[in-house]
Amino acid sequence: MWLYITYIDSKVTRYLRDVSINAANITQVYFQTATMLISVGLSLMLLLSDVEAATERAEYDYYKYHPMPEITSWMAQLAEDHPVVTLINYGQTYEKRPINLLKIGLDSEQRKKAVWMDCGIHAREWIAPAFCQYFINQILQTYKTDPTVNQMMKNLDFYVTPVLNVDGYVYSWKDNTTRLWRKNRSPGPPGCSCYGTDLNRNFDANWGTIGVSTNCCSITYGGTKALSEPEAQAVTNFLAKQKDDFLCFLTIHSYGQLLLVPYGHPNFTAPNYDELMKVGLAAADEIRKAHGMNYRVGSSPDILYPNSGSSRDWARLVGIPFTYTFELRDNGTFEFELPEAQIQPTCEEAYRGAMHIITYVHEKTFNGAVATAAAALWTLLLAAGATVTPSLM
Amino acid sequence: MDLVIMFVLALLTVVSGSPTVTIRPEAQPNATQQMLKKAVIFGQQTVAVGTEAPGDVMATGELNPSHYPAQRAAKVVQHYLNTRYGSPYRVFGLHKVHSGHAEDVAESGRKYLLKISVQEFLRETVKNCTAEVFFPKGEKQASPEVRASCDELLQIDSKAQDEALYQRYKMNQSLVSAEYLPDSHGNMDPDMKPFWHLGIVAASFVMLSESNEKTLYNTAQVAQVTQLETENDQLKFNYDILLHDMVSQEIMHWKVLFTWSPSEGVKVLQKEQLPRCHCGRLPNKN
Repeated sequence: MWLYITYIDSKVTRYLRDVSINAANITQVYFQTATMLISVGLSLMLLLSDVEAATERAEYDYYKYHPMPEITSWMAQLAEDHPVVTLINYGQTYEKRPINLLKIGLDSEQRKKAVWMDCGIHAREWIAPAFCQYFINQILQTYKTDPTVNQMMKNLDFYVTPVLNVDGYVYSWKDNTTRLWRKNRSPGPPGCSCYGTDLNRNFDANWGTIGVSTNCCSITYGGTKALSEPEAQAVTNFLAKQKDDFLCFLTIHSYGQLLLVPYGHPNFTAPNYDELMKVGLAAADEIRKAHGMNYRVGSSPDILYPNSGSSRDWARLVGIPFTYTFELRDNGTFEFELPEAQIQPTCEEAYRGAMHIITYVHEKTFNGAVATAAAALWTLLLAAGATVTPSLM
Repeated sequence: MDLVIMFVLALLTVVSGSPTVTIRPEAQPNATQQMLKKAVIFGQQTVAVGTEAPGDVMATGELNPSHYPAQRAAKVVQHYLNTRYGSPYRVFGLHKVHSGHAEDVAESGRKYLLKISVQEFLRETVKNCTAEVFFPKGEKQASPEVRASCDELLQIDSKAQDEALYQRYKMNQSLVSAEYLPDSHGNMDPDMKPFWHLGIVAASFVMLSESNEKTLYNTAQVAQVTQLETENDQLKFNYDILLHDMVSQEIMHWKVLFTWSPSEGVKVLQKEQLPRCHCGRLPNKN
């Protein structure tokens, strides 16, 4: 760009030096100068717009909250720019908006294992979609140079939904009075004058049993029946087809600084509860290393409140082994209106936590089995050696 | 024999060197097999409180500080501390629960004994506290009673700043009025921050009186600040405050009329909860 400006500058200087003005050619000179200035101006404008476009493409601000249209075009742009990214439409909201995810992974001939992440199931939790966008950017920025991430991209596909409850999110951006909306925007059942179902009470997992309201105006209204809502149906339909491929299901919320393990119902415990807790506590340690923030780890009935019909519980019930709900910052100071200045540190710590879980799962699936087999063989060998040696003596 | 050993060694090398061996995670038992009874913790039966479970049994004895019973009681201590020590330049948040103990008190209620730490917003100083929270039983509207002693909270000195703010707004030259602190993006005018803090302090009176073992209140947003004429040397305000109860997830709208001065602190004159939503009206598609 600087070369071009220097070129223009030299042309203009030469022109001004050479032009000679007299009464005869003043009009001609005027028009020539005007034409030159206009063409210089136009080319500079074109150049700047190119630079601007390239800059926009390269500099999406991950530390600001983005309205839905910006997130949609960002997703489309990423799919266009990166061969490892595919945009998948897997459903439609009540108000007929598309529900999209980005599938990220290196192509493979074999059938791949997968990790699911969704954000924004509750509209007012703006830091969650911000985290999904950050997460996607991080793995795209690091997979070529970081060997761990690279290996993950080879072995896994990441399915990330930056905004699941699109209608709700759009509504929360409408004005100051709608900012704290939580549910989706489907109308209540006949006779009800309130809108919305709590999508995280609508999944087919002990639906309607505890921690949910049958009052359609309530903020935790679970719907007319399990999976009555198109947004919950979309997740269920998409995942049900390939649930055996999924190793990990992370659903991102705010606020509270918590890592929640299944189940939301106090009478049920996941069979791998101990392992989920062990990995969760280690993830919380990783989170603390980033900026000193404490995240508590436990089942919802233990550390928060009992509930039913959550997406995390459904995921665990269909067999996805590592399912967690992340409740990001903060602890009650700013609540849902987390200042933009905190987006970066929140995303950094949550990324460390999420990656700890994903790395553990990846190691366990792809390297752990090999290590176990090797250890078993060694034991056998040593045992064989021990029994055989005396007989040789 | 040597050949066998060599063969096994070779096999091991092959196995260790292969990165593409994948073994499916253990087949998960089906849904019914996963329905196991919850483990008993601390020798006490813990059953989480839910609106559908009759005859709730709350945790007694030594509490897990990370679990909700101690956390909810600790939050009440935070509200109490803000009503007593809070000001535009000194506000406290719950930092950590270190330990907790709960016991039933005859038929009258439950008492929690807690060791917690609180953090002051502006200076990020952390102070330890020992506190007692009593939740009375029976009468639905009875507020919890709190006793707390903390390390030198008053040593966090906000006097000069509080006084400066007081003097600036006492003379009624231009009465403060503001909306939505913080705004949707979590931002606010730095000049308005002390009024946001003051709103949290005023809200703490409401949150303290409304709290029980099934609530966890925080201040979601100050919807509106209106300064009224100074009365008896006290700044006077009408605030619209949105509270969030973590347990029900509901947002509650309260109007609080109060006075404040550095010497007298916040004194609530009137508080009133406003109806939640336009649930009586026909749906309108905006």
